[in-house]
Amino acid sequence: MGTEVKTNEEQGHSAWKVGSFEFQSRLIIGTGKYESFEQNLACAEASGAEMVTVALRRVNFDAAKGPRLLDVISPKRFVILPNTAGCYSADDAVTTAQMGRELLETDLIKLEVIGDERTLFPDVPATLEAAKRLIDDGFTVLPYITDDPVACQRLEAMGCPAVMPLAAPIGSGMGIRNAANLRIILETVEVPVIVDAGVGTASDAAVAMELGATALLMNTAIAHAKDPLKMATAMRLGVLAGRAAYEAGRMPKRLYASASSPLDGTAIF
Amino acid sequence: MNASQSDSPIEFTLFVNGDPQTLISPCTVADLLEALEMGGHRVAVAVNRDIVVRSRYKEAELADGDRIEILEAVGGG
Repeated sequence: MGTEVKTNEEQGHSAWKVGSFEFQSRLIIGTGKYESFEQNLACAEASGAEMVTVALRRVNFDAAKGPRLLDVISPKRFVILPNTAGCYSADDAVTTAQMGRELLETDLIKLEVIGDERTLFPDVPATLEAAKRLIDDGFTVLPYITDDPVACQRLEAMGCPAVMPLAAPIGSGMGIRNAANLRIILETVEVPVIVDAGVGTASDAAVAMELGATALLMNTAIAHAKDPLKMATAMRLGVLAGRAAYEAGRMPKRLYASASSPLDGTAIF
Repeated sequence: MNASQSDSPIEFTLFVNGDPQTLISPCTVADLLEALEMGGHRVAVAVNRDIVVRSRYKEAELADGDRIEILEAVGGG
């Protein structure tokens, strides 16, 4: 059974909570950019994710008779996290969130208010405004935000049960661009920190988790891998490895060598 | 158009996901979803930016010029 990989629970990893939800898996995945709903489902299962994000868009009446995303990615199987992707104002994000709540009967919302088309970086003031309004309206707000410790602090103070700083631009696959800022955020806020966007491969996932991130949210890194199903597995393992390493506590780095084999008893020829 | 005509069928135009649609008054959100064959689908509806909750579909009457957004969950990250 040399290749068998134990689950989080078997390895003694702690579960984590956001709002009233408790998860074993520290990987959250998106449902965009897959070739089919079936491929999406297979990857979601291979990734071990318990929560998946979805977008809200106008019904395509031409395609309306075919299967829908939620017929395959079932709310009975996964916690569905609707997002406000594509919103460029607090007003649009609030309305979209309200429609998500009506559609999915959930108070969870991944708040995304975009400030720039090319980078898809968040509009921080608009994100703060929308977060405030949604919290006042009873939502469990998970905000996608710049890797800015002060913005994360503000979101925590107003009642967000987690913050979701980016690692790199959405869909860029650039990996952890500013590990120092993520470390500061992790030391600054007490709520879970979910690194959202920018990872490209399994080592990126491991790095984010080794820094101490509570969880990781990704989409393109799996969906646009050459073999998405295999990458979904790799990401599951990367997250597990990174989290285990974080919990284990790494050895200190030193500049010079330190022999692993005993010096006593070395033969003298 | 005077008040005495308000109970008789009148054609009116509203916008569904941006496209003009001609319907016969009176017409509720439930009637519109039925006409669009969306009855059994999991959707959310807003009329002029206001969310219409499912329990109000049968009483929420639509009017000339209303802008209706009908959204569903799709793949996204």
